Amino acid sequence: MANGAPSPRVVITGMGWVTPLGCDVDTVWSRLLAGESAIAPVDRFCARSFPTNFAAQVREFDLAEHIDPARHPHADLHSRYALGAASVAWKQSGLANHDALDPGRFGVYLGAGEGVLDFDAYAAANIAGWQPESHDMDMALWAKLAGEGLTPEREAEQEPNMAAAHLAREFGCEGPSFNCMTACAASTQSVGEAFELMKYGDADVMLAGGAHSMIHMLGMTGFIRLTAMSTRTDDPATAARPFDATRDGFVMGEGAGIVVLETLEHVLARGATPLAELAGYGSSADAYRITDIHPEGLGAQAAMRRALDQAGVDPSKKTQDGHPPVQYISAHGTGTLENDSIETKAVRGVFGDLAPSVPFSSVKSMMGHLIQAAGAVEMMTCVQAIRTGWVPPTMNLHNPDPACDLDYVANKSRDMNPSGGVDVAMSNGFGFGGQNDTVVVRRFER
Amino acid sequence: MSSEVVITGLGAVSAYGFGADALWEGLLAGRSGVGRISAYDPSGFACQVAGEIHDYKAKNHVPKHYRKGVKVMARDIELAVGAAEDAVASAGVVTKAADPDSDPTYPTRRVCCHIGAGLIAAEVPELAMALATSTDDSGKFSYDAWGEGAINNLTPLWLLKYLPNMLSCHVTILHDAQGPSNTITCQEASGLLSIGEAVRVILRGDADAGFAGGVESKVNPMGHIRLQLSGRLANIEVAEGEAFDVANSYRPYDRAAPGSIHGEGGGILFIESKESARQRGAKVIAEIAGFGAGHTPAGDAQTRSRGLQRAIRAALDDAGISSDEVDAIVPHAAGEPEIDAEEACAFRAVFGERISQIELVTLTWGLGDTMAGAGGLAAIVGALCLKHQTLPARLHASGDASGLQAGGVAQRDASLRHVLVCTNSLGGQNAAVLLRAATES
Repeated sequence: MANGAPSPRVVITGMGWVTPLGCDVDTVWSRLLAGESAIAPVDRFCARSFPTNFAAQVREFDLAEHIDPARHPHADLHSRYALGAASVAWKQSGLANHDALDPGRFGVYLGAGEGVLDFDAYAAANIAGWQPESHDMDMALWAKLAGEGLTPEREAEQEPNMAAAHLAREFGCEGPSFNCMTACAASTQSVGEAFELMKYGDADVMLAGGAHSMIHMLGMTGFIRLTAMSTRTDDPATAARPFDATRDGFVMGEGAGIVVLETLEHVLARGATPLAELAGYGSSADAYRITDIHPEGLGAQAAMRRALDQAGVDPSKKTQDGHPPVQYISAHGTGTLENDSIETKAVRGVFGDLAPSVPFSSVKSMMGHLIQAAGAVEMMTCVQAIRTGWVPPTMNLHNPDPACDLDYVANKSRDMNPSGGVDVAMSNGFGFGGQNDTVVVRRFER
Repeated sequence: MSSEVVITGLGAVSAYGFGADALWEGLLAGRSGVGRISAYDPSGFACQVAGEIHDYKAKNHVPKHYRKGVKVMARDIELAVGAAEDAVASAGVVTKAADPDSDPTYPTRRVCCHIGAGLIAAEVPELAMALATSTDDSGKFSYDAWGEGAINNLTPLWLLKYLPNMLSCHVTILHDAQGPSNTITCQEASGLLSIGEAVRVILRGDADAGFAGGVESKVNPMGHIRLQLSGRLANIEVAEGEAFDVANSYRPYDRAAPGSIHGEGGGILFIESKESARQRGAKVIAEIAGFGAGHTPAGDAQTRSRGLQRAIRAALDDAGISSDEVDAIVPHAAGEPEIDAEEACAFRAVFGERISQIELVTLTWGLGDTMAGAGGLAAIVGALCLKHQTLPARLHASGDASGLQAGGVAQRDASLRHVLVCTNSLGGQNAAVLLRAATES
């Protein structure tokens, strides 16, 4: 701490998400508990011939239901998702009616992705500029066509810091403002780093989370070429099979998840009630390979250990009531061969003999992989598990993989209330390239 | 924060070439690295000059076993691995890349890596060659043909070349840095926000040392056209073989400025906790005394300047000093009137009348605006000013009419204790890092 004072506790007072399963917290939660799938053929662009031609698209979203879209006329798709999610979170927090909010003590930290490339204009310039005879570009022609075909607004909106800029403008943040892009770990990291900024004393309130859509021509292409996505075109609804022996890759999703983080002091001063406490955060790098996860998941273990340590949770000890130290883990659980077995190994490494007793499920089996938005959305499932005592299932898990031998809450949600509910939950996010992040959420108690 | 984190290594790749030494020598000499673009034909672009890096090959800056890794590096990543190599050499630390057979100076888990990055544009010829194989009868792109097979004309690892986090990821792999790692992407503010965050990681005990800075290249067709569309670049036509004199074109803080000039490169600091540096007997180049961030509200230049004001004031508070103790500033100084006006308003608000006496150290005349790379480079220059008690030249076409020290000047000696490094950004993020001269311990 800058002034030597004890670091403040940070709590969550608002949550909003825009997901392929819906856009309000209760609807999405009931669909997750019911095991519904949002995965279907892509109709955003003509992907019918693509080796992977399905995804989990956001289909029930209208920004006008949340805010006045005219204030953000050029906002890209992911920024609109972010605005919608933040608006829901903001309303829930009650801060909209709080006159004493100091804009300089109010920040934003997102893990938002880039915007959607203006592909048709871009492709037209590229195709016209390519000279097959000389095997080179006519760059002067390309510059002319690209300069005419692309528009300043759309290009500016693709910059990854624009979603944060839209939130800052809409909600009046003038405090610390950040955006990070650590691939699939980004919005776990943004929540964690926002938490650390608040602990240092830089802000009383922050909007944190992520937003992303890669359901477009080059986004799908990139992951198809990496052979990272499922190609189960004959049965998209069950294509996302985390931890199942027949899993063949992740399914692309899109959306946004935004939380309002607030120091406990600030919450209590205005007489509001926290939804849950953000209790720990850990970050690490595999430093292994850009294409592969460390085979023992050492980086993932380091992130989990640090987050648990900060939360004061000893992963090797049961609670006083005899429950596992963490009662729910929202898995990174992508459904790729590599991730799921290594994440399993990493959880075993951290929790040891207690690992099989921890419910550990992947909502990506239902809503797909929201890429940079995944972490924040999945952290919210931890908050919901704490609030309701239920944990969502891993769907499409019928063929056990010997390398995945933990309790994945297969195919059916679970009521944890008979065993005391969920007090501590944890969410993992691991990025391509080896950046790992974990956050720990705890039931709020004074 | 009271200088508990120090800078012990400087790594740069810039229009002056490889290395922080080359950067410093170029700036002192008042020689610009900006010239006509050679990486591609710039004749179709409105601004045909940039701070381009010539004769840089990433394979010369990675261990032999990693050379094939260069194939999956966009230009931004290639430059980042060089800057990191330079930083490690400058700090005199042992990492896996520097010496795989010796014990590393720091346990691998105790080294963090926070390298800011930009939106990396795919290389146009690479993508064009593939897209051109997927057209319909009218010559337009065909999605069907793409999915049916033309997609395979794109290299399998294509996506990984362009993910912004790959700057940090390659550096962590090369140097076996397994501590906390992040990739902040806030355009011009990326580098300083990354330095601030890495400092905080060390302060909270999550690492003892690490890499911090930012790198970007917009000297490529797509990055360039985006800047052109944003309206921030000057219109500068230069024929092939013709010389370009930046001293006639770059006019920071001048309402009549024609716009900015872009560049490529970046700076990565090696930073350590003061205690760790002391224990290994490292030579401290400068201390990092404070950090602050803030967001720009909408409005006129005065209103917009509140974001940068907050960042600067937060950094001063963090360092526990008053604005009177700042001896020099390394600002953004984009050379674009609106960006500069906002920045000048913030300086006047924070420093009052004294701003006319505070030395400004600018980089764009020498390097172009390197966007996410600028913060790291600016911090390196600020640290070197403190180390050498010297201020580099400014090659400006503007005078001092703005009330800021915006006129051209040669290198000169100075007495410096605190240097403020700060920037605004197009997306509204502002960052400030306060550097302090190293104290003898």
